[in-house]
Amino acid sequence: MSSLRSSFEAARARNSALLVGYLPAGFPSVDGCIAAAVAMVESGVDVIEIGLPYSDPVMDGPVIQEAVEHALQAGVRIADVFATVAVVAKTGAPTLVMTYWNPVERYGVERFAQDLAAAGGAGVITPDLTPEESGAWTAAAQAAGLETVFLVAPSSPVERIDKVAEVTTGFIYAASTMGVTGARASVGVRAHELVDRIRARSTSPVAVGLGVSAPDQAREVAAYADGVIVGSAFIRLLIDAETEADGTRAVAELAGELAIATHQPR
Amino acid sequence: MTNTTPDALGHFGPYGGRFVPEALISALDELDAAYQVAKVDPEFQTRFQNLQSTYTGRPSPLTDATRFSAHAGGARILLKREDLNHTGSHKINNVLGQALLTQRMGKTRVIAETGAGQHGVATATAAALLGLECVVYMGEEDTRRQALNVARMKLLGAEVIPVTTGSKTLKDAINEAMRDWVTNVDNTHYLLGTVAGPHPFPVMVRDFHRCIGLEARQQVLDLTGQLPTAVAACVGGGSNAIGIFHPFLDDEDVQLHGYEAGGDGVETGRHAATITGGAPGVLHGARSYLLQDDEGQTIESHSISAGLDYPGVGPEHSYLNDIGRAHYHPITDAQAMQAFAWLCRTEGIIPAIESSHALAGACLLGQELGPDAVILINLSGRGDKDVDTAAAWFGLNGDGQS
Ligand SMILES: Cc1ncc(COP(=O)(O)O)c(C=O)c1O
Repeated sequence: MSSLRSSFEAARARNSALLVGYLPAGFPSVDGCIAAAVAMVESGVDVIEIGLPYSDPVMDGPVIQEAVEHALQAGVRIADVFATVAVVAKTGAPTLVMTYWNPVERYGVERFAQDLAAAGGAGVITPDLTPEESGAWTAAAQAAGLETVFLVAPSSPVERIDKVAEVTTGFIYAASTMGVTGARASVGVRAHELVDRIRARSTSPVAVGLGVSAPDQAREVAAYADGVIVGSAFIRLLIDAETEADGTRAVAELAGELAIATHQPR
Repeated sequence: MTNTTPDALGHFGPYGGRFVPEALISALDELDAAYQVAKVDPEFQTRFQNLQSTYTGRPSPLTDATRFSAHAGGARILLKREDLNHTGSHKINNVLGQALLTQRMGKTRVIAETGAGQHGVATATAAALLGLECVVYMGEEDTRRQALNVARMKLLGAEVIPVTTGSKTLKDAINEAMRDWVTNVDNTHYLLGTVAGPHPFPVMVRDFHRCIGLEARQQVLDLTGQLPTAVAACVGGGSNAIGIFHPFLDDEDVQLHGYEAGGDGVETGRHAATITGGAPGVLHGARSYLLQDDEGQTIESHSISAGLDYPGVGPEHSYLNDIGRAHYHPITDAQAMQAFAWLCRTEGIIPAIESSHALAGACLLGQELGPDAVILINLSGRGDKDVDTAAAWFGLNGDGQS
């Protein structure tokens, strides 16, 4: 079993959830991202997603857009993403890449999978790759020993959930609300309903993302999901910090609070 | 026969399909289903055709541009006058179709992206006509280039949101519209303005614009007794071009030429010639040619024409290019503006700068084909919106000299 799947199995055995943290590579700098991601793991984050900065992030809200634009302007390349994964994965936390599809296609689907696997990556989250278009990717991922992670949304009918479950090997990413990434005051009831709907169709682990930012929200989601995904809230801290070191400290602090909330036994 | 019926997933050969967040799949399925029903529903078709004749002013006329012909090697030039449509361009054809579908789906709000503002104006118009709420996303740079159209949209009751991310042009307006759509999809239809985007947009938008080619084909036959030698159109996303090309696809002797925005020249890197200067990839929900770097990041496009300033193109054009049925060529800003001036002075028609790319292309083509050729040009829009840009280009703002 992969490190990702066994982490989820272990959490299920403990009757608690995993905390998944997202940061885009190259923000606030390549080294700054690595430092913050390592600090997240040291503070209790279980799984790391490294975002591949992309010019047209249609699923992302203003916070991630700003971070990604900054990273691209600083000249971040796919090699930097793999280098980031290589360091973060050494912490032992399963480390995935989250990427829009075009950079993978342009890099070469098989080459991307092989290079990520060689860097120690655990899998890839593909937010704009539909199951219908995923044939080349699922084959390449399997050949390279990478997990696939696809998204479902509150609008997804059961037939779509089945299609997504069929191509997912890692975990199913349940989008908590209809919308883009970014912190929200509350995580909608639709997230809970969606997770129930997925559970009725699939035994895959289910992690909830989009909008989760505070410990009380993490606690609420951890009560019914296998994973709690937090991104924009961490990035906001890095944007607001005066120095990278301050940012890393703030991220570590939030990670610690979120980890306690997420890891509470049910 | 050229087979351009996409498969069930919306593929034209390797192009098209759907590359979108799962949250949008239900809305795309709903749209596809509503469109399939409407397509064969006599009531919908009657309503659509009635609006086209009593509101848009279809059929649009065909003008024999006898004086302009001298700039095209003496070839006979026939202009399909989409510039005379209500709101001033071909965009209204697609907008009325999708606005009627919006009503059928029970949605009350439409959003749109716009570059030149012509699609935004058309959408604001249809929203006013049908009582729909309307929000238009427009790159901040374009709100400056096309200030007249911003005012028109506001007069029509639409909210215009300037987009300040990325290149601040059409590409980023589409990104913002997609973000709005994911968030408000329950009551909102994304009224996409060209033959790009995820299935079913490319095929549906094409079908709403086929009237251009269907009318023009018959008009040319009636006037000349034969089919044209060639058909010419400008290509941004490709909606006016596919609209006039499509009814000619099976007329194998009729050449089809699409003219992309060559900006400062393709060799300078500052252009919007997607098929000429790009490579296949995925942008805005479909696989097609696009301007991208070696790692798949979209490259910003450049053109004097806001409506052509887009780094992508509709998937059906990519397919027609690859199979060799249509040919795509770049036209520089300078070439387009030269043709713009020629049409003003020879025919008394101020064309849109977008359409001027087709005019310039036809001039080159006419010189190649000679005086026996008949070239049908899609004059996709009028140039009122471009008067400021043209005045600046020709230096008319100060001393009145040209
Ligand atoms: C007059 C006119 N022609 C052409 C275009 C380009 O769009 P398309 O290639 O979809 O016809 C525009 C877009 O704004 C336009 O306003």
